[in-house]
Amino acid sequence: MNPENKNRFEPKIIAFVCTWCTYAGADLAGTSRMQYPANVRVIKFPCTGRIDPVFIIKAFQQGADGILISGCHPGDCHYIAGNYHARRRFAAFRKLLEFIGVDLNRIQFSWVSAAEGGKWVDVVTDLTERVRNMGPMVEFKELALEEQWSGGLDSPDLQQVYEAI
Amino acid sequence: MSRIGVFICHCGENISRTVDVERVASQASLMAGVAFSTDYKYMCSDPGQTLVKKAIAEHNLTHVVVAACSPRMHERTFRKAAEQAGLNPYLCEMANIREHCSWVHENREEATQKAIEIVGMLIERVKKNRILPTITVPVTKRALVIGGGIAGIQAALDVADCGHQVVLVEREPSIGGHMAQLSETFPTLDCSQCIMTPKMVDLANHPNITLHTYSEIEQVDGYIGNFQVTIRKKARSVDEHKCTGCGICITKCPQKKIPNIFDCNIGMRTAIYVPFPQAVPNVPVIDRENCTMFKSGKCGVCQKVCGPGAIDFTQEDILITEPVGAIIVATGFELYTITEKAKGSPIKGYGEFGHGKIPDVIDGMTFERLASASGPTGGKILRPSDGKEPKQVVFIQCVGSRSREKGISYCSKVCCMYTAKHTMLYHHKVHDGQAYVFFMDARVPGKSYDEFWRRSIEEEEAVYIRGMVSRLYQKGDKIVVMGSDIAVGVQVEIEADLVVLATAVQPQKGADLLAQKLGISYDKYNFYSEAHAKLRPVECATAGIYLAGACQGPKDIPDTVSQASAAAAKVMALFSKDRLEREPIVARVKEATCVGCFACKKVCAYGAVEEKEIRDRQGNLLKVIAYVNPGVCAGCGTCQATCPSKSVELDGYTDEQIVAMIEAL
Ligand SMILES: Cc1cc2nc3c(=O)[nH]c(=O)nc-3n(C[C@H](O)[C@H](O)[C@H](O)COP(=O)(O)OP(=O)(O)OC[C@H]3O[C@@H](n4cnc5c(N)ncnc54)[C@H](O)[C@@H]3O)c2cc1C
Ligand code: SF4
Ligand code: SF4
Repeated sequence: MNPENKNRFEPKIIAFVCTWCTYAGADLAGTSRMQYPANVRVIKFPCTGRIDPVFIIKAFQQGADGILISGCHPGDCHYIAGNYHARRRFAAFRKLLEFIGVDLNRIQFSWVSAAEGGKWVDVVTDLTERVRNMGPMVEFKELALEEQWSGGLDSPDLQQVYEAI
Repeated sequence: MSRIGVFICHCGENISRTVDVERVASQASLMAGVAFSTDYKYMCSDPGQTLVKKAIAEHNLTHVVVAACSPRMHERTFRKAAEQAGLNPYLCEMANIREHCSWVHENREEATQKAIEIVGMLIERVKKNRILPTITVPVTKRALVIGGGIAGIQAALDVADCGHQVVLVEREPSIGGHMAQLSETFPTLDCSQCIMTPKMVDLANHPNITLHTYSEIEQVDGYIGNFQVTIRKKARSVDEHKCTGCGICITKCPQKKIPNIFDCNIGMRTAIYVPFPQAVPNVPVIDRENCTMFKSGKCGVCQKVCGPGAIDFTQEDILITEPVGAIIVATGFELYTITEKAKGSPIKGYGEFGHGKIPDVIDGMTFERLASASGPTGGKILRPSDGKEPKQVVFIQCVGSRSREKGISYCSKVCCMYTAKHTMLYHHKVHDGQAYVFFMDARVPGKSYDEFWRRSIEEEEAVYIRGMVSRLYQKGDKIVVMGSDIAVGVQVEIEADLVVLATAVQPQKGADLLAQKLGISYDKYNFYSEAHAKLRPVECATAGIYLAGACQGPKDIPDTVSQASAAAAKVMALFSKDRLEREPIVARVKEATCVGCFACKKVCAYGAVEEKEIRDRQGNLLKVIAYVNPGVCAGCGTCQATCPSKSVELDGYTDEQIVAMIEAL
């Protein structure tokens, strides 16, 4: 860490990517020795079609501040049409996230092919900087804590919900 | 309790330059479940792999994480090493700390921290990995070839020569396809029949080939290695086994004025017929629509004259089932008929060219029949209307093709070359004749192709006019062709005796229906789609089905034959083993919770999801649930993310494994 950035907020970015295009594109960024912020952690899937929206919630709960979902370009899916299903699924899911108050700027959906090492770098860098400026994502982390919690209900909202159940 | 071994690679200095590998190893050793952790200069080298294997044995390791380069590089290497040390290979995972870490970050502290976290995620993941057995499916070493044009013939011969059984299904009474109709072939001008018929005879006599002509595919079930194909053998009205091919029936049949489609309707045939003299098999068919016996119950002349008693008016279609392991689709093409507008076709016709109305406006295949020595004119170029020899012939290229307004935007690929060929054949046969060609571009790449095209101009005196024809009309016994020469910028008008249209190459009618039976995909024109345009050009995305010839896109004979042999090679590779081995990354349905909504079935692009009946001991149907056929599943996992009851799981990428990685953050 650079000394002048010592107190800078370092967001956690989780990238859900497909093996065939984006994972390979990220590999290419490596073999080409491109540079990008170290904040991203990659989780590999065979296809974006396998990515369950629940993973996004889970990642936010576990402390992610930004999420990237990336796969093959439309028409290039290794599994014919998995990315189309993913696109449709996330279009619907974004609405839901918006409804529950998640700032959609924390989530990025992109297509990065196996040949686009440069695009991978750009997408990751942009998202990291954007989320850095937004500050930490707290809403879901608190939820995760509440889930495991077993003591008193100290927040009035929760108390209210509790009564209602 | 898991006893995980963690192996951190320096990759020479590629990783250790930016990542403090010793610190990663020591941090990893503190993580829950880790029994052993070390670092080494080159983990993928022989000594490195030996180190891994030894550690597995000495420390009784249950799982392995190798932190090194991308799994796309060496996952296989380390899984194999783990397997050799007695572990299931799928209990070994790689953490990518080179491409995704040391190479893309300069700051040593940040990179080391990230490497530790990546290793931590993979440690949590590997704990949830399950033993996955290698999946094998049996392979029926028999191939089905659909279509008996040059593509199907070549593919069938190649597979059969390799010692495997082949079943060939051809819709028409004879094999041969379009190549059998051609006169001479570019770029060498050798006679098509001369190079084609020996292959047809080879095929018919091949001990490994079963030929079903006048037959069609009724139904296809099963999957790679294990297809069940139902074939409809249409009633020929002639017993194939009894018929000796003497042809006496044909000479005696009173119905003699039926246009012969093989001769593009210029020549005539009888009601009982073979499409052309060299037909294989040489067994006639009764065309029931035109046979007097079928129309009015009287005649039966053929039956009376047939020595071996082969004629059977009561024959019916029969269905036969053939088990095969692989399918080669070689159904070829047809030419667009450019009358005003073909019924039910989205493609607009060329009414302005008078095809179908002016008898001396013909298409390229008709010209082939006129030029063919075995054709209806004995190889003389005589025009259909009055049988006169045409002295001025206009050829029009790109009719239908490359025309977005008309509905076909692709190039038909063979027309430039066959039109050049036609001008040559014409000049050889009509020495005082003149050929004109209207063309947009000359697209003649290919070995000896440009030279061939030039020869048509330089030696055979064809006049090429760059431009399109706007209109043509009948004037007396001439056809006036009006067009523009855009190279010079003038209008041209030619009084032609014959006009030949190079019409678009299109998929066979009903190509989409066959594709649906086979479960393969096709493009918006109905050409069949290959799995990858560059790297898998002969395979369908559906495993075990391959493509050859013009059914995949317009192609000339050399390309068709190459693709057919390539498809045959793919089939032979498949048949080289008794059982087909595949990565066990496949989806599995949890029967207890599946509610049978079949959402998974809808999203599976491979048709891997089947319906399975669950019955109690008395045989009463309890429920119908999904079953994923491991032979067909490609392992994308789309079904899992779609299943509302979380009842289908992709091995190797289970929710448990993914969530473990997320929780390791
Ligand atoms: C006018 C013209 C001239 C040409 N001249 C030349 C030339 O000189 N040199 C050259 O290299 N190329 C030439 N070509 C191209 C050549 O004809 C093709 O490359 C070749 O015929 C393609 O072979 P194929 O086996 O793929 O298709 P086809 O020849 O069309 O054969 C397909 C076969 O499948 C059968 N079939 C179709 N559907 C089914 C079904 N559902 N079930 C069972 N069977 C079915 C058909 O009946 C047919 O027998 C010419 C083409 C045209 C139009
Ligand atoms: S029965 Fe039919 S096929 Fe036979 S000779 Fe008479 S018309 Fe021809
Ligand atoms: S994993 Fe993909 S290919 Fe396999 S059954 Fe599910 S959707 Fe079909």
